[in-house]
Amino acid sequence: MKFSRKALGIPYAIFLVLFVAAPLLVLIYFAFTNSNGEFTVSNLLGFFTDPNTLGTLCYSFAIAFVTTVVCLLLAYPTAYFLATSGLSNKGAMIMIFIMPMWINFSLRITALKEILSIIEGNLAFYPFLNSVIGMVYDFLPFMILPIYNTVSKLDPSLTEAARDLGATEWNAFLKVTLPLSIPGIVSGVSMVFLPSMTNYVVLDMLYNSTYIMGSLIGSYFSAYNWHGGSMIALILLGIICLFTLATDDLTEEENAGRGGALL
Amino acid sequence: MANNENIIELKHITKRFEDGFVAVSDFNLEVKRGEFVTFLGPSGCGKTTTLRMIAGFDTPTEGEILLNGEDISQLAPHMRPINTVFQRYALFPHMNIYENIAFGLKQKKTPKDIITKKVKKVLELVDLEGFEKRSVATLSGGQQQRVAIARALVNEPEILLLDEPLGALDLKMRKEMQLELKNMHKELGITFIYVTHDQEEALTMSDKIVVMNAGEIQQIGTPEGIYNEPENAFVADFIGDSNIFNGIMTGPMKARFAGGEFETVDRFPKGTQITAVVRPEDVIMTSPEEGIIKGQVVDVIFKGMHYEITVESGRYEMVIQSTRSAVVGETIGMVVEPDGIHVIKAEDETNYFNVDMNKDHRLEFNGTVLDTSLTKIIKGSRRDEEGHLLDGNGEIIDPDKLRIVAAISPDDIQMTDDVEESIIEGEITSLIYEGDHYSYVVSTEIGQDFIVHDEYLWNMEDWVGLIIPVDKMKFTFRNIKK
Repeated sequence: MKFSRKALGIPYAIFLVLFVAAPLLVLIYFAFTNSNGEFTVSNLLGFFTDPNTLGTLCYSFAIAFVTTVVCLLLAYPTAYFLATSGLSNKGAMIMIFIMPMWINFSLRITALKEILSIIEGNLAFYPFLNSVIGMVYDFLPFMILPIYNTVSKLDPSLTEAARDLGATEWNAFLKVTLPLSIPGIVSGVSMVFLPSMTNYVVLDMLYNSTYIMGSLIGSYFSAYNWHGGSMIALILLGIICLFTLATDDLTEEENAGRGGALL
Repeated sequence: MANNENIIELKHITKRFEDGFVAVSDFNLEVKRGEFVTFLGPSGCGKTTTLRMIAGFDTPTEGEILLNGEDISQLAPHMRPINTVFQRYALFPHMNIYENIAFGLKQKKTPKDIITKKVKKVLELVDLEGFEKRSVATLSGGQQQRVAIARALVNEPEILLLDEPLGALDLKMRKEMQLELKNMHKELGITFIYVTHDQEEALTMSDKIVVMNAGEIQQIGTPEGIYNEPENAFVADFIGDSNIFNGIMTGPMKARFAGGEFETVDRFPKGTQITAVVRPEDVIMTSPEEGIIKGQVVDVIFKGMHYEITVESGRYEMVIQSTRSAVVGETIGMVVEPDGIHVIKAEDETNYFNVDMNKDHRLEFNGTVLDTSLTKIIKGSRRDEEGHLLDGNGEIIDPDKLRIVAAISPDDIQMTDDVEESIIEGEITSLIYEGDHYSYVVSTEIGQDFIVHDEYLWNMEDWVGLIIPVDKMKFTFRNIKK
């Protein structure tokens, strides 16, 4: 039998069909049927008419948005400094930022919970703030790394050229460095924004009882409402798709796999 | 008082980096308005650092940079009326050609219609009319280079700095751009300061060349001056092809080197140790009898305009450029007219001599095997089972293509009456008392002169043996084309 290189792809193709394509089809089936197995769009209409689900969507957006902005504000200066400084032990510095990712997630959040309860007294006072702190803590490295990668690959003579042509230090940054680091920012944002819309474990562990998208879907399934839960999952998938398509234009080929390769 | 003619003056500029590395030391230069000045030197010689200090990207540790008489050494780069063309162009990839060129003018808040006009004009100057809307990525290397030049020139700088701007271009393109840059310089009248390691480029384009090595100026002069009258062996070796020999003055206008005695134009006291520079085109081939020295042709290469002929004469090698060819293996005579020899007083008296490698890959001098290991000289070298000599990368070294030069200080050589224990014999041809020791020149049977220091007095014309300790020799090697 002739062995072709295509055969190497077979194991993954099987995996893809069994665990990605098939569940997706099942998801779509459940999303557009009712408990009698008949086709319906009522699940879709239900989502957009139910104030609870819409409220959860807004709350998720709010958490994800604030988390992303805070991450960006913390990560950009850090990454910029790391990338442009003449530090000899950059590797070690990067390691410090990555190291939390090596520690078990729930252990980290538990530790954070203890610290926050000491500071705040009772976690219940600031549920939104606590959730954002938890998310930022969890996702910050995912924002730092792609930005660091992009900025450190920028040719330093570009900034020098801007300075040479009469730009002040600030203008050189604004007109040259910042626009050229957009690919890193975009991949950082997509790596923080989307997961923080659904990561309800952080909320649960920090005693924030408000639902976000992840917990909402979970609650439908645990109530055996497969059809409603599937529809919400499908809508979330749609949102993610739109987001990815929109950001693809910004990153273009330049950033292909850059952030992803790291993680 | 500031001299009005000098647009920029560098005074005692020294740049010491944080790690203690001195990139430039005590650099002094005056540049006249409208001059084309080139910093020439091997990589790492400090030429780019000097340029960066003029541009403002680095600040000198010591010294001042006077632009029209005012010290600008601490001024930020954007405050200086100086623009740079960068080595790898440094065009902004997120802007189109128009935006790239307009960048500097926008920083100065120039009205939009004037910017449009100026960009159009400068694009015409660099032969890129209509390229405004193109993106950087769609341009060839040569076109990007032109945009980089346009981007700098549109600001009408007082001085244009060019940091190896043609380094990334292919040969043909480079030649074209050299001419164009030269024409632009003539047309615009702007002062150009140009950095390159390409001596031909420097000779072609410059009004004034600053030859640098190891952070220090070796020589400042016109291209002709630097080519014809190099002030030291480094400049002679770096600019153009040259034959460089160590030798000694045997009369006020007579020098002994390369195994022969030549008349010179330069005048030095008898006994002065010298470096003689002979340009390959100044060597005249004669019949063996007529030559001051003779040798065997070992290589002939046709170079288009001339032949390059390598002749081995005793222990020396002479490269000749001639329109006449020669036959490999033929013995020829060589004559150099006095004005073809440039004599430089030697900086130190170190003796250099070629050593051979025998078939066992041991070093030999005058038939005596030197007790040293070749692996110490050529890093990482070893021998394989078949007896080939391999270098650090495991590639076979051809002993015929390797020239090994030994260096020894005059203080480390001993003279002896007992020629049996010496490595080489010769006659004392010069004797000078230098305060606490005598400095001798021993002309050996193989045509090599050795300078020897000894505290005891020997007589002229004494026949002596030389003891040269191997452990005091320093070896260097280079590959030769054959």
